[in-house]
Amino acid sequence: MKIDFEHGQAAHCESGVTSNLLKKISNGKITEPLAFGIGAGLFFVYVPLIKVNNGPAIAFRSMPGFIFNRTCKSLGVPVVQKKFSSKERAKSFLLESLNAGNPVGCQVGVYYLSYFPKEYRFHFNAHNLIVFGKEDDNYLISDPIMEHATTLTSYELERVRFAKGALAPRGQLYYPGNQNEITDEQIRSAIKSGIKKNVFNMLSIPGWFAGVNGIKYTGNKIKGWRDKLGLHDAGLYLAQLVRMQEEIGTGGGGFRYIYAAFLQQANDYLPNDTLLRASEMFTQAGDLWRTAAVQAAGIYKGRIGSQADFNVMGDYLFEIAEIEKKAFTVLKNIKWQS
Amino acid sequence: MKKENVPQDLSSLGKITREVCYATDSTGKYVTQLSNGWDVKIKALDVAWEEIDGRIAKAKQQVLNNEASPLLFFMELRLMDFSILADYTGFWKWQIKRHLKPEVFNKLSETKLKKYAAAFNVKVDELKSMDVHED
Repeated sequence: MKIDFEHGQAAHCESGVTSNLLKKISNGKITEPLAFGIGAGLFFVYVPLIKVNNGPAIAFRSMPGFIFNRTCKSLGVPVVQKKFSSKERAKSFLLESLNAGNPVGCQVGVYYLSYFPKEYRFHFNAHNLIVFGKEDDNYLISDPIMEHATTLTSYELERVRFAKGALAPRGQLYYPGNQNEITDEQIRSAIKSGIKKNVFNMLSIPGWFAGVNGIKYTGNKIKGWRDKLGLHDAGLYLAQLVRMQEEIGTGGGGFRYIYAAFLQQANDYLPNDTLLRASEMFTQAGDLWRTAAVQAAGIYKGRIGSQADFNVMGDYLFEIAEIEKKAFTVLKNIKWQS
Repeated sequence: MKKENVPQDLSSLGKITREVCYATDSTGKYVTQLSNGWDVKIKALDVAWEEIDGRIAKAKQQVLNNEASPLLFFMELRLMDFSILADYTGFWKWQIKRHLKPEVFNKLSETKLKKYAAAFNVKVDELKSMDVHED
């Protein structure tokens, strides 16, 4: 069985899945950047004391699993979302949903995802893909980071849907609960609410290690890494930062470019120079994140490595924190025309 | 970032799929551009794997020296910490820590060994011998 569904490639798995699941009912209007922005996807956090893969726990986007939910909620689209304790139940619910003609979003772990290159397979459980049919023992898979649709056997799919560890998917699946068309008015109101939520997350969230404060905090930490960890481990930490920032699924510049694209597209629905000005600021932030990544690479490649080099790296983050603070303040004070 | 500046350094992912980047065209409008990879992040991933390979080699030596059971080797090989392995096998973390001792591991029942083998995606004899062949 195969559902009428068109695979679309995206930069980020969750905003890509969201955009693809809403493609039909929005007539393709909910693009990836719109899904990312309406879902308030942009974030920064450096969780102290926890380690991930023996390195710092840093994220450039909001908690996995929120974007689909938040985007649909803001658009007024009901959501079917389920987790399972039983693998059999997870499988039969998936098949029922497919039989009813729904492409289904699934949260999966990457470690045993067979079509991924080995180098990218870590125990990362917040990947998302769409199942859009089944032929013999093979499920038809639309993974938004892949250029083309692919397949997984039922064993392979079950294994990744029930991957274990932090943020274990527990078979989670989700899809829009009805097929009512999304209007431009709904999109306009969702854009406003998405921006408001993201402003709060970056400017006002409690905790010194999250939002724009978290970027500054990380800049400070980096300046101390060389003394605290030694040059070798400090290099590993920087490499981890760069991977979270640039690796597959970010669209480049730690998701800042996707957000800049979102603000431009928001301007198509709610013309406002403030949106365009903020968009330029996020482009600038994204560029600076990439400049910082080049500096970091100099260190983990062993080309540079003095304390002064770490200070330069830390200062980049201070500068970025200032730009993003300004950009979100501009958005906070935006006067909507309609 | 401008569209023409999107890096095209071939990565191991780039051989399988190119990835979408957001970049601006000549009018400043955001468009998507496919990238083969970027040297800066290829190296970041290489650095991470060199570290992991070092940990695997060290664990293997510890097992050969009879200082640890093969579980240590497989935990490093499969990038698993105690909590991930506990989740996959259903054992408690303290049990796994005990099973890291060679003398305890050598007395494990077939049922328990099978649980570990399944978690590591290997056969029981491979689990004991550390002799794994993968593509």
